[in-house]
Amino acid sequence: MAVITYLEAIRQALGEEMARDERVFILGEDVGAYGGAFKATEGLQERFGEARVVDTPISETAIVGSAIGASYMGMRPVCEIQFIDFIACCFDMLTNFAATSRYRNGAGVSIVVRGPCGGGVGGGPFHSVNPEAFFLNTPGLKMVEPSTAYDAKGLLKAAIRDDDPVLYFEHKFLYRRIKDEVPEEDYVVPLGKAAIRREGSDLSIITFGAMTHTAMDAAATLSDAGVEAEVLDLRSLAPLDREAILTTVSKTSRALVLYEATRTGGIGGELAAILAEDAFEYLDAPVMRVASVDTPVPYSPPLEAAFLPNADKVVAAAQKLVEY
Amino acid sequence: MKRHMTRTGGRSMRNPAVSCQRSAVSYQLTAGLARDVEERLTVLFRQSKVIGGLYRSMGQEGESVATAYALERTDAILPLIRNMGALMTMGVRPREIFLQYMAKARSNSRGRDLNIHIVHLPVAGAAEPVVVGPISMLGDSIPVAAGIAMGARMRGQNMVAMAWIGDGATSTGAFHEGLNFAAVQRIPLIVVAEDNKFAYSTPIAKQMNIARIDERAAAYGIPHEMVDGNDMLAVYDVTKRLVDRARFGGGAALIGVDTMRMQGHAQHDDARYVPKALLEEWAKKDPIARFRTHLLETGAATEQDIDEIDAMTKRFASDEAQLAEDDAMPDPSTVTRGVYAGDDFAQPQVEFVKSPFRS
Ligand SMILES: Cc1ncc(C[n+]2csc(CCOP(=O)(O)OP(=O)(O)O)c2C)c(N)n1
Ligand SMILES: [Mg+2]
Repeated sequence: MAVITYLEAIRQALGEEMARDERVFILGEDVGAYGGAFKATEGLQERFGEARVVDTPISETAIVGSAIGASYMGMRPVCEIQFIDFIACCFDMLTNFAATSRYRNGAGVSIVVRGPCGGGVGGGPFHSVNPEAFFLNTPGLKMVEPSTAYDAKGLLKAAIRDDDPVLYFEHKFLYRRIKDEVPEEDYVVPLGKAAIRREGSDLSIITFGAMTHTAMDAAATLSDAGVEAEVLDLRSLAPLDREAILTTVSKTSRALVLYEATRTGGIGGELAAILAEDAFEYLDAPVMRVASVDTPVPYSPPLEAAFLPNADKVVAAAQKLVEY
Repeated sequence: MKRHMTRTGGRSMRNPAVSCQRSAVSYQLTAGLARDVEERLTVLFRQSKVIGGLYRSMGQEGESVATAYALERTDAILPLIRNMGALMTMGVRPREIFLQYMAKARSNSRGRDLNIHIVHLPVAGAAEPVVVGPISMLGDSIPVAAGIAMGARMRGQNMVAMAWIGDGATSTGAFHEGLNFAAVQRIPLIVVAEDNKFAYSTPIAKQMNIARIDERAAAYGIPHEMVDGNDMLAVYDVTKRLVDRARFGGGAALIGVDTMRMQGHAQHDDARYVPKALLEEWAKKDPIARFRTHLLETGAATEQDIDEIDAMTKRFASDEAQLAEDDAMPDPSTVTRGVYAGDDFAQPQVEFVKSPFRS
């Protein structure tokens, strides 16, 4: 076991999958000699050559569109979107072309589209977004977002080996801040499986990505006050691990849904609906959402801090929930 | 502009190499078949058996056939609604088209998608083309076509991808992104840009501020040529040269075809916005009638030969339509199947006829 960063885990997953399977290749902006805006592809072009680590024009539609075409020919492209906000520029290719292809004609699209998401780094409105809800209403796509280095590596390997289009959101706040143990040997983290990060009996905090760490901080504070929170890290956002969601809530009878995207129309609404439909008889309190406020992502640090969820907001919501 | 025949057919043949008699007759046959298939579809549409809209390529069958004719059988095509000719040239069985338009259970999309939205990814070693029909979002085929040709190159296949695009759709971002990417990567992609004078009701002058559609490619530093789209031999000649160039490492190219959409955008559209005089002028240049004249004048075929070909394609189209008509509609219980991998929901393969048009 070696302790590596979340970013190094991504880099290792890419390198190992390219070495393992010659159909895997990377395309994106500045991914070649430069190694990517965050260095996720550093050293890969040197190792695998220009044909397999392709520097593209600034053309997100061409990146994803050509990846779809290459996947039809049996390749397994991994697209890097320099900041995930720019995924809006290839929304059509993903939702209309890639997501529908298997259903329409049985033509699977084995592509991964990955890129840095999330705020907390002063990125402003166009370098901070969490786009999962844009895609949640599109059958045919899969989505994952790791919170640990272990998952970052294992989920990316699983995504590359998967036969469907997978959106892989990596939280840029975690790139160099999160380090954990990763085995030397090959492993995958299966898509569609959540993980319990902390056990507790008083409420369930259902979350993913960077917010998993916020939830853990909040849970520690709550524990000091005698409230034991269970933290469920979804890891996969599509498909959702319904079983894990229902299991934790049937145990604690209280659910707090925590996500970093803006509140309205977010994934939290879907989670609340699942609980209302399938766990109603277990619930002792309404499902609560903690999320970013309904504005574009603001730039200035005090504004962004007010915008984002944090441990204090989670603790306050959790206390209301247990007192209900 | 490249042009072999005189405007109404006839004698100005300059390149005998591309017009050996056998293949010359088969152009006639293929373009005629495309028209006959669409004629049958029109009948089915009027009987309300076609679900949704029907799009015709009347007047454009020639360019569609002659461009595809320059490909090898194992190349890739990304046709649009006006490219029935290309589908027939590559040997797609007409029944496939009828099944799709009537949304039948055994259609390639099993009733999930429209008209020519079919996909065929042949198993390794099969002497069949890659066919990737469009999605409705115009322009999207161009980056995908670039990826197909790039992917094939990565897998060591010597494949050319050909994608067609309307004048209107050359205004999309996807077209420009895809063509530029293909250019810088020297991808063997041939784009056929069809100036048929209109995009739905919008004339080409509102679409681009350049005189010729092929100039779209100038910014990407790739070869581009304009050709008389209703002159099949000229279209073939230009296309073949650029296809060969692409196949042997020369990279992407664009062919602009000068043609005319002779009917409305779809059957619901009476196209009263199209000046009558323009239609009359282009009616005289109908690619199929023009080629018939050419065959007769060069002695490549007799009246009787051509009448026999016409009767044969008409019969074939109507037999194929009948087969499709007799087919079942999809079972509603299949609606949730096949969204993700791991579901063994069967996928009908596109059937090909041993093309009578190619050796
Ligand atoms: C991106 C996009 N916008 C709008 C439409 C609606 N639409 C369908 S066909 C068409 C006109 C296309 O014109 P052109 O590209 O010239 O092709 P033609 O029909 O003349 O062959 C339009 C506007 C579409 N399919 N895709
Ligand atoms: Mg047009």
